[in-house]
Amino acid sequence: MIYKVIGTLLFFFSVLLIVSCENEHSLEFKRYYSQGAEVYQTHCQNCHGANGQGLSALIPPLNDSVYLKNNKAALACYIRSGLKGVIVVNGKNFDDAMPANELSPMQIAQVLTYVTNSFGNKLGTINDDQVSSSLSVCK
Amino acid sequence: MRKLAFGFLIVMAWTACKPGSDNKMPLPIFGSRKPVSKIVDGKTVVDTIYQTIPNFKFVNQYGDSITNKDLDGNIYVADFFFTTCPSICPIMARNMLKVYDTFKSNGNFKILSHTIDPKHDSVPVLKKYADKLGVTGNTWWFVQGKKEETYDIAEKNYLVAVKKDSTAAGGYVHAGYFVLVDKQKRIRGAYDGTDPKQVDQLIEDIKTLQAEPDETIVQ
Repeated sequence: MIYKVIGTLLFFFSVLLIVSCENEHSLEFKRYYSQGAEVYQTHCQNCHGANGQGLSALIPPLNDSVYLKNNKAALACYIRSGLKGVIVVNGKNFDDAMPANELSPMQIAQVLTYVTNSFGNKLGTINDDQVSSSLSVCK
Repeated sequence: MRKLAFGFLIVMAWTACKPGSDNKMPLPIFGSRKPVSKIVDGKTVVDTIYQTIPNFKFVNQYGDSITNKDLDGNIYVADFFFTTCPSICPIMARNMLKVYDTFKSNGNFKILSHTIDPKHDSVPVLKKYADKLGVTGNTWWFVQGKKEETYDIAEKNYLVAVKKDSTAAGGYVHAGYFVLVDKQKRIRGAYDGTDPKQVDQLIEDIKTLQAEPDETIVQ
C-alpha cells in the first residue's frame, strides 16, 4: 500500500518537473498559439473552415506545409493586404481573391503561429518582430 | 406515502418516454392560410388553402430559364447569397454542400440558390462558382434575375417563416436562411444556414418530408 502511494507521488512529481522544465521558448509558443486560435475563429474560420479545410476549389485549405514554408515571409503581407491572382496549394490552382484584414502585427503573428502549427503543419513560432519586418517589405 | 410518490415517479417517467421515437411529428406549414368550403358528394367540407410559392422566372448557371414549373413535384431548399460575399456565404456553401451530397442522387430534390447581386453574378460567373464548388448536373441551381424580383420573392414568400420568429426589421435576405419547400410549394421550415446543427436538422426534416404521403396538389 505504502509503495503504491509513494509510487503515485513520485509519478506526479515527475510530471510536475517535466511541465515546469518547459523553457521560455515553448511558453511563448503556447501564448501565441492560443491567442492565435481566437484570431483565427474571428477572422479566418468563416472561409477557411474550423479544420483549415478550405472550400472545394474556391478557398484554399491551410494544410499545405510546403506552401506555407516557402511563402513564410510573405504570409503576413497576404493577411494584411489580401491576395489576388493564382496560387497553387496542394497541387491545385486557386484564383479567387482573399480580402485584406485590419490586424495588428501581434495578431498576425499569433494567427500565423496558430495556422502554421495546426492542420498538420509544424513550423514553430512566428513572433511579432518577424511579422513587423515582413510587413516592412510587403510588395 | 413514500411508496406512493415513488410509484408516481415511475409512471411519470414511463409516460414521458413513451411518445416520439416511432412516429415523427409532421413538419409545420408556414405562411398565411384561409379556409374554403366546397361541396364533396353532396356534403359541405371545409378545406384549407395554404400560402404557396408563386410563379417566378430566373436563369440558372447553364443559361436555362427556370420557372416554378421546373420545381413541380420536387422538395427543394432555397437560399440567397452572392458569389463575392466573404462573410457568411462560404459557411453557407459548405453547409449546403452537405445537403447536396446527401440528396444529389435522390430524384425529386433540388436546391435553388438565388444571387442577390445579379449585376456581378452573371450566368458565366455562377457557372464558374458552381464548377469550383464541385456542383454538377441539375440538382443544385444557382439562379439570377432582376434584383427587385429576387428581393420581392425572398421577403414576401420564402422568408415568411423567418419573419414570424424574428423581431429584427429587414435584413432577412442577408441572414443566411435555408428555406425548405415541399412538393406542394408550401414552406415547411427555415434553418440558419451558418449553423451546422440546424443544417443537420434540415437534412432530417427533408427525410421526414420525403416520407410524407403525397397529397393532392393545392390549387
